[in-house]
Amino acid sequence: MSDRPPSAAPSSAPTVKPAEGMVRTVPAAGRWWSVWRRLRKERLGVAGLVIVVFLLLVATLAPLLANDQPVLCRFDGSIYAPAVIDAVRNVPGASLVVQKRRPFRLATFDFKSEFDPERGDWAVWALVPFGPREIVAEPLRGPSRVHWLGTDQSGRDVLSRMIHGAGISMRVGFLSMGIAAVIGLVLGSIAGYAGKTTDIVISRFIEVVMCFPTFFLILAVLAWFPPRIENVMIVIGLTRWTGVARYARGEILRLRESDYVAAAKSLGFSPARIILRHLLPNAMAPILVSVTFGIAVSILIEAGLSWLGFGVQPPDSSWGTILRAGYENLFTAPHMIPPPCIAIFLAVLSFNLVGDALRDVIDPRLQETRA
Amino acid sequence: MLLYLSRRIVSGLVTLFGITIVSFGVIQLAPGDPAQLQTAQIADAAVSQRVYEQLRQLYGLDRPLHAQYGLWMSRLVRGDLGNSFHDGRRVARKIGEALWPTLSVALISLLATLVVAVPLGIYAAVRQGRPFDRISSTLLYMLYSVPPYVMGMLLILYLGVKLDLLPFRGMRSDHFAELSAWGRFWDVSKHYVMITFCFTFGNLAYYARFVRQNLLEVIRQDYVRTARAKGLPERTVILRHAFRNSLIPLVSLIGLTFPFVLSGSVILEYMFNWPGLGRLYFESVLGRDYPTIMALNFITAVLVLVTTFVADLAYGWVDPRVSYER
Repeated sequence: MSDRPPSAAPSSAPTVKPAEGMVRTVPAAGRWWSVWRRLRKERLGVAGLVIVVFLLLVATLAPLLANDQPVLCRFDGSIYAPAVIDAVRNVPGASLVVQKRRPFRLATFDFKSEFDPERGDWAVWALVPFGPREIVAEPLRGPSRVHWLGTDQSGRDVLSRMIHGAGISMRVGFLSMGIAAVIGLVLGSIAGYAGKTTDIVISRFIEVVMCFPTFFLILAVLAWFPPRIENVMIVIGLTRWTGVARYARGEILRLRESDYVAAAKSLGFSPARIILRHLLPNAMAPILVSVTFGIAVSILIEAGLSWLGFGVQPPDSSWGTILRAGYENLFTAPHMIPPPCIAIFLAVLSFNLVGDALRDVIDPRLQETRA
Repeated sequence: MLLYLSRRIVSGLVTLFGITIVSFGVIQLAPGDPAQLQTAQIADAAVSQRVYEQLRQLYGLDRPLHAQYGLWMSRLVRGDLGNSFHDGRRVARKIGEALWPTLSVALISLLATLVVAVPLGIYAAVRQGRPFDRISSTLLYMLYSVPPYVMGMLLILYLGVKLDLLPFRGMRSDHFAELSAWGRFWDVSKHYVMITFCFTFGNLAYYARFVRQNLLEVIRQDYVRTARAKGLPERTVILRHAFRNSLIPLVSLIGLTFPFVLSGSVILEYMFNWPGLGRLYFESVLGRDYPTIMALNFITAVLVLVTTFVADLAYGWVDPRVSYER
């Protein structure tokens, strides 16, 4: 699952080629385009979208915004761009291919101490010239001109850790809901399409999972796996799929009796093809709403788990761990509490706003009641 | 009606059975067991191994999984939740002690939610589109998006630490024993304020929006227009004709949200050092206290099922059109 909604347009006519997957790039003129056109008029939704885009930018560009190595520099006669390489390596999979040049690659190399202007060295620094793990000053210092949000219990720059924490939050939000969406879509559409016993069994299973307070289930499962961020994503994904499954089931149930499905059936298409090519693209919109709200909840759960010590492990930074450090040093370093609070709030608020706007745009029944 | 009742009860029992099996599997299959955790401190390897074996025997962990489950189930049927692995006390007793702190917060929270949210929602709906409605809608929306633990941290920081207005650790102060009866009541009340607020504000915002939305839908109905046309006072129209009919979804909403408040919040209770169910659960998970975890999962599941069931019944009571026969 990628960051963007799959751009599947409702198929107007049965296509000639057999299934190559759900996502097909038909020139956008269908439902998604009209959704986007109406979405643009929802002021709050657009505001939410702006914040989401901002957070995504901060998350992807984190190495360029806060880094202990420069964006561009001349060192010992050669030009390097270590922070840019960091940003590129942030792209999934790229870290296997792209590597920094020596000596920037070495863990023991400290550019700041090797930096020598006499030799003709110069450097263009990131906005925050400190790394998230770099120990830069006395611990628990309040905000200053150098460290805008102060330093944490180990003397690391809080702003730098906040910026890199955005990456964790966004990754968890999108990836865990991606996992949840896949599970929910598969189970929900099978239940909705097959009906009968299959539907009863799957529906009961959904009910069982829903009866557990998610947080309890997550804690229980995390006692199983070592607390690592990947496991947190998987566990959130494995527990948050019920909403998507119920939406998918309901939509498929509704659409199953449509004429175009009857047509597809009479053409002898396989159930998998009917579900993937004919039903799901038309059922996608309400599911997308559920996923958007789910991202907000996942971000919330991740920060909460990290606060409890079950999420991101030190020395990595997450908004939850920063908040926890603030809680543990309540009386000495209160400056660590507001920044993660604001960040978590903004993230949750923005996804909620987008979700609400999407729902209003997509569900005409709700639109009437707003008039 | 009887058919409906029995069908609901049977399907509820099936779900409950599924839940116990899933919980049991998740908990027991986790690597590392309580015996291992408790013997990790013993330096002498031989002694450690011997104690480990004995503990496993004591806890019944050396038996096959289905036998353990059978044992747990047969105890449960007799109303016995077992003994804690952690301190050997009866699980039912431990839960009983943790129940009141959580339950009291949940009840106060529900009451406060309804008392504030319903009038607020009605008023906003009546004033639809006016400044009051717009401002309250925006504020409630923002409030709804504040995570409870974020609110908790901010309250602790500003009201607890900076202004030193309210206590935020546990249910009573250190000098509780020396206080007079009134002083004790005042002390406990002060401890309740912040944690209860954290449990309440999100639901409150959601309920108020919900009441407003539903009332707006009902107000457009024909019978409301009829009531107005009859010349009834606006007050009667809104409260007697419109609001009563918008109660229906509210009842099921309470049924949906209340059990989750009741099961407590791990983070909030941990943050406020509140001796409730959420914290008990967290400590049990950390200490691999299987009987306590199982009991808590079971009780929560029962609560969820019972409250949704009660909500469905209340649905029929509020709305006579609802039929249980199908």
